[in-house]
Amino acid sequence: MLRENGFGSGPTSGGKTNGAPVNGDPPIRIGVYVCHCGTNIARTVDVERVTEKAGELPGVTIARDYKYMCSDPGQELIKEDIEELGLNRIVVASCSPNLHEGTFRGATAAGGLNPFFFQMVNIREHASWVHEDRESATDKAIDLVRAAVRRVHHHKALETRRVPIKPEVLVVGGGIAGISAALTLADGGKHVYLIEREASIGGHMAQFDKTFPTLDCAACILTPKMTQVRNHPNITLMTMTEVVKVDGFVGSYEVTVKHRPRFIDVSLCVGCQQCIDACVYKRGKFEDEFDAGLSMRKPIYLPNAQAVPQVVLIDPEQCIQFSSGKCKQTCVEACDRDAIFFDQEERIETLDVGAIIMATGFQTFDARRSPHYGYGIYPNVYTALEVERLVNASGPTGGEIVLRDGEKPTAVGIVHCVGSRNQKSNPWCSKVCCMYSLKLAHLIKEKTDAEVYNFYIDMRTPGKGFEEFYQRVASEGTHLIRGKVASVYQQADGDGELLVDVEDTLAGMVRRIPVDMLVLAVGLEPRYDAEEVRRTFNITCSGDGWFMERHPKLAPVDTFTDGVYLAGCCQGPKDIPETVAQAGAAAGQALALIGRGYMELEPNTAQVIAEDCSGCKTCIPLCPYQAILHDDAENRAEINEVLCKGCGVCVAACPSGSIVQNLFEDTEIYEEIEGVLAYA
Amino acid sequence: MKKLAYYPGCSLSGTGRAYDESLRAVFAALGEPLEELDDWNCCGATSYMSIDKGKAYALASRNLALAEREDADLLTPCNACYLVLEKTRRHLAESAEMGGRVRHALDAVGLGYAGVVRARHPLEVLTQDIGVERLKEAVKEPLKGLKIAPYYGCQIVRPYATFDDQYHPQTMDQLLKATGAKVVEYPFKTRCCGASQTGTLPEVGLHLVYRLLNEAKARGADVLAVICSLCHFNLDVYQSKVRREYDLEPIPILYFSQILGLALGVPAKKLGIDRCVVSATPVLERRAAHAA
Amino acid sequence: MRPNIRTEADRSPEFARWITSLPGAEKIRECMHCGLCSASCPLFAYMDYSPRQLMHLGREGFRDDVLGSFTIWLCTSCYQCTVECPRQIPVTEIMYALKRRAIEEKVYTPHLPIPVLAREFRRMVTDRGRISESWLVMKLLLKTGVHRMFGMVGLGWDLVRTGRFSLRKETIRDRGDLARMLEAVGSDAEAVS
Ligand SMILES: Cc1cc2nc3c(=O)[nH]c(=O)nc-3n(C[C@H](O)[C@H](O)[C@H](O)COP(=O)(O)OP(=O)(O)OC[C@H]3O[C@@H](n4cnc5c(N)ncnc54)[C@H](O)[C@@H]3O)c2cc1C
Repeated sequence: MLRENGFGSGPTSGGKTNGAPVNGDPPIRIGVYVCHCGTNIARTVDVERVTEKAGELPGVTIARDYKYMCSDPGQELIKEDIEELGLNRIVVASCSPNLHEGTFRGATAAGGLNPFFFQMVNIREHASWVHEDRESATDKAIDLVRAAVRRVHHHKALETRRVPIKPEVLVVGGGIAGISAALTLADGGKHVYLIEREASIGGHMAQFDKTFPTLDCAACILTPKMTQVRNHPNITLMTMTEVVKVDGFVGSYEVTVKHRPRFIDVSLCVGCQQCIDACVYKRGKFEDEFDAGLSMRKPIYLPNAQAVPQVVLIDPEQCIQFSSGKCKQTCVEACDRDAIFFDQEERIETLDVGAIIMATGFQTFDARRSPHYGYGIYPNVYTALEVERLVNASGPTGGEIVLRDGEKPTAVGIVHCVGSRNQKSNPWCSKVCCMYSLKLAHLIKEKTDAEVYNFYIDMRTPGKGFEEFYQRVASEGTHLIRGKVASVYQQADGDGELLVDVEDTLAGMVRRIPVDMLVLAVGLEPRYDAEEVRRTFNITCSGDGWFMERHPKLAPVDTFTDGVYLAGCCQGPKDIPETVAQAGAAAGQALALIGRGYMELEPNTAQVIAEDCSGCKTCIPLCPYQAILHDDAENRAEINEVLCKGCGVCVAACPSGSIVQNLFEDTEIYEEIEGVLAYA
Repeated sequence: MKKLAYYPGCSLSGTGRAYDESLRAVFAALGEPLEELDDWNCCGATSYMSIDKGKAYALASRNLALAEREDADLLTPCNACYLVLEKTRRHLAESAEMGGRVRHALDAVGLGYAGVVRARHPLEVLTQDIGVERLKEAVKEPLKGLKIAPYYGCQIVRPYATFDDQYHPQTMDQLLKATGAKVVEYPFKTRCCGASQTGTLPEVGLHLVYRLLNEAKARGADVLAVICSLCHFNLDVYQSKVRREYDLEPIPILYFSQILGLALGVPAKKLGIDRCVVSATPVLERRAAHAA
Repeated sequence: MRPNIRTEADRSPEFARWITSLPGAEKIRECMHCGLCSASCPLFAYMDYSPRQLMHLGREGFRDDVLGSFTIWLCTSCYQCTVECPRQIPVTEIMYALKRRAIEEKVYTPHLPIPVLAREFRRMVTDRGRISESWLVMKLLLKTGVHRMFGMVGLGWDLVRTGRFSLRKETIRDRGDLARMLEAVGSDAEAVS
C-alpha cells in the first residue's frame, strides 16, 4: 500500500529507517545528468525541459544535459561536479543500464563516491524509442527522472563481492566448433572438458569429402585436430555424454553429466575391430548413421573410419544379447583385450567449471517435410548429406557417385533452398547451401561427367574466394537455372528417371528436365532438442530456435547468461571458416573471464534482520538457489550471501517483513513509485 | 456420427447423374441411405466468385444455413462444391466484415448460420465414419484383377488438406483396395484436369486431359477412378476429342462410388455404368471373365 | 503488338495499392521470384504472362498489362500455386480479384468465352438458384459464336446417348428468398468505382 508522505520521510518497514536521511547526516546533494544520445533521445524528448524540471526537485543541486554522457567529457562532468559541488548522489538519465550502468558507476566512483550512490534512468528504450509524441515522451521522461531522484536519496554505500573463478571450461559438442574452441583453451593452459553426445567427435564436417571454396580434403584438415583433442593433456574428452543439469553461476558452474554406456571399456579397446568381424551377424543389417543410411552396419561397430576415440560400441537396441540374452557372444570371444562389458550402466558425474562454451551445431532439414520433391518415395532423390557420403572416398561407394542400382547418373539436378526461405518450413537462408551445392556440382561433374543442373533462387556466394568458386563452377558448364523446382515425378517406364518441372525465370518459361539423380540441398536448422538444451543452460533462443547471442554485432559469442558462450552453427547457419573463427572468439572470451581470476558480483543480496525473524521457514523452500538455511539454535533464517543471486523472492514472501535486499529496500522502491506517480 | 444432409450440387442432376446414382446406391447398401438437403441451391462455383464475392459467399452460405437448421453436416461429392462450402465456412469465421454481411443477408430471409456446419466429402465419411473395415465386410463381388488409377483432382486437397494428405492422398486408395482391386501408383493424383477450361478453351484443356490419361495408361491402369463430377466430364466426355489430337488408347473413367457399388453387388444399371461415354463394360467383362 | 517498353506513365500507383491491399496480397511485395507458382501451374504453357510475372506487374502497378492478360482467365483455381508459394502469397484468390476487376472495368478480350460463361452462370444462378448445364452450354455457344456449335455436336450426342443431357430447367423452390438474400448482401467494397 502506498502512503501519502512528505519528501524524505518514506514509508518504512519493520520500523527501520533504511537509509533515509536523518538529522546529523550531511544534506543530500544530487547531480542529475540528462543525455541527448546524439539525437536518439533528443529527437523525441525535450531534454532541456527534463533538465529544467529535474533542477527543481528537492535535493537536486545541479541538473545538466549533455550530448553524450557516456563519452569521456560526459563522465568527466560527473567527476568534476562531485568534487566541486560536493555532490553525494548521482542520477543519469540516458539509455539502458544494460549498456552503461557500469560506466556511470565508474564515473561516480572516480569522483570519490561509493558507486552505489548512483541511479540510472532509461529515457531511451523506455521513452524516446518507443514513443512518437514529443510532449508525452518528455512528460514520461520527467516522471522517470523524478522517481530516480526520490529513490537515490535512500541509497546506501555498498561493497561489491568478489568470488574466485574456476579455471576449468566445459565445451558442449564435439563438431569443428567444439574441437577448435577446446584446442584453443587447452593450448592456453586451461583444462577443458569436451562433451560429445555421439560416439565420436567430428560433427558434420567429418562426413564431407571436400570443403568449399578451396576443395581441400575435410579429413586431411579435420582428423589431425581430432587426434590432437584425444592426446592433449589439458582435454578430458567424454563421448556419448550429455549434460543433464547446470547449477551455480558464472565462474562457478556445477555441471551434471550423464555418460551413456558404450558396453566397451574405452581404456582397453584399441579399435582392432575383430569383434565386429566375429559378430553373429554376418553382414551389416542396420542403417549406418554416419553414412546417412546408405550403408549397413552391425550392432557392434566403429562409428567411422576416422573416429576419435577409435573405439567400437554396441547398440543395445539392435544387439541380440540385449533383446534375448542368449547370444553366443562371439564378439567377447574375439576380443583379446577383454574390453566388452554387457553390464555397463549409465553413469552420472559432476564437473566444476568456470565457463561453458556451447557448440552443439545444427541438423539438416528433413526433406520429407517438403513432399513434392518425392524424397523417401523415389529412390533417386537424395539429400545433400547423402551425396556428401557418396563422393567421400571412405564412404559407402568408395567415392564413386552411383545410384542405388549401381549405375552412374547421366543427368543430375541439384535443388537449392530445400526447407529454407520458405514460410511453411524455415524462413531463413541457410547460408551454406549455395556454396555446397556448387561444390557438389563440381564434384559430380568431375566424377561422372553428367549434365548437372543447379536450380537456385538467388545465388548467394559472399565470402573470401566464394565468388571465384562460383565463377569456376559456372565455367565448367554446369546449368545454372534460376527457379525453384515445383514438381518431381518418376516416369512410368523410365528406369527411375525423374521429370523435374521448373520455371526458368530468366528465360520466362517452364522447363521440364529429365534427370536420373536429384539432390536436395537441405537447409540448416536448430537441433530437435535445442529448446531443452537452452533451458538446461539457462540461455535464450531467438524466435527461429537458434541460440541467441547477447548482441548481434558487439557480443556475437556471448549469451545473456554470464560465462556461457556460443560457437558454431548452434547460433545460426555458418560455414566452417566462420565456425572456426567464432570458436576462437568464444575461447578468447572464456580465457578473458578466467584470466581475471575473480568475479565482481552485484551487492544486491538479501539479508535477514535477525531480531525480527520468527523462524517460520516460509522463505526456505522458495529460494531457487538454496541459499537460505535455518539456524536451529537461534530459530531464524540465515542467507548465504555467496549463493544469493538477489532475485528477491524471499523478501516478498517474508510474512514479518524481516528480509531486506540491498539496492531494493522497501523505502527505495516506495519512493521510486511515489516519484513516478507524483506528476504535477 | 453427426447427421448428414446430402448436397448433390447441380452437375449431379445432369451430366454427373451416375455419381448421384452410385453414391445413393453405395450408402444404401452400407445401411446409411442418403437424405437430400431440402431446397439446396448452387454453390456458386468458381464462376460466381469471379464476378461478385459477397453474393458468391451468400449463395454458398444459404446451404450451410439450411443444413444448420437440420443440425446436419453437408455430404458434398463434387470437389468444386466441397471447396466453395469449406472456403465459405472459413471465410465467414475469419472475416468479420463478410461474416456480418452474409449473416445480415441470411437474416433477411429468416435463416441463421452459427458456423457449426461442415462440408464433408464422401471419401472422408466412408473412411472415417463408416470405416474401411465395414466396407470390406460388405464386399460381395471382389474386383480382383481390376487395375485402377486413383485420381483425386485439385480442390479436394487444395488449398486446405482437411481429411487427407495434400501431396499423397490415400483415402480413395484405401477404399478401392478394400474392393480387392489393385491400385496403381499414379503420380498425377492431385494434378488439375483443367475442367473449367476444356469447354471454353479446348486446345488448353485437351492437353491436360491427355497428360493425365496417358500417364494412367502408362501405369497399367484399366480404369481411372474419380471423385468429382467435373473431372469426370472432362476426362470422359472429351476423351474422343483428345484421341483425335493425340495418340491414346481409350480408358474408361468411373466414379469411385461406381467401383465400390460393383464390389458391393449393386447391379451395373443402378450404378449408371452405362452412362460413361467411354464404355467401361468391356474392361469390366474382361476382368470378370478372367477372375472366373 | 504493344512495344516492349514501359514508362512510369504506364504505371498506376492506385492499381498497385489496390492489389497489395487485397487480403493476404501485401505479401506480393515479398515475392522472391522463385517461379514455383508458374512451374506448378497446369495452364502455364498457354499464358502470356506467368503468374510470377503477373504478381510482379501488379505490385509495380501495370494495370493494363495485368487486367488485359490472358493469364487471369486461364486460372482454373486448382490452388497449386497458393499451396506451394514459399512466401504464402494467395495467388489464386488474387486471380479471382483480378477477374472481378477486369469484368467490372470491362477490360477483357470480348470474344474470350470465359468471362461470358461467368456472366451467364451468374445470371442463371441468380434467377433460378441452380444450374442447368445443358442450357448454360447452349447460351455460351450462342454468345461466343455459333460456329463452335458444330464442334460440339458429337459431344452433345454422346451425352444424349448416355442419358446425361437434360433439358429440364432446374430450379429451387424459394426463388424469392434467394433474390432477397442476394440483394441484402450488398456490393463488394473491394471493387473500385
Ligand atoms: C551438406 C553440407 C555440406 C557442407 N559443406 C561445407 C563445406 O564444404 N565447407 C564449409 O565451410 N562448410 C560446409 N558446410 C557447413 C558445415 O557443416 C558447418 O559449418 C559445420 O559443420 C558447423 O560445425 P559445428 O561444430 O557448429 O556443428 P556440427 O558439425 O553440427 O557439430 C555439433 C556437434 O555437437 C554434438 N552435439 C549436439 N548436441 C549435443 C548435446 N546436447 N550434447 C553434446 N553434444 C552435442 C553433435 O553430435 C556434433 O558432433 C556444409 C553443411 C552441409 C549440411
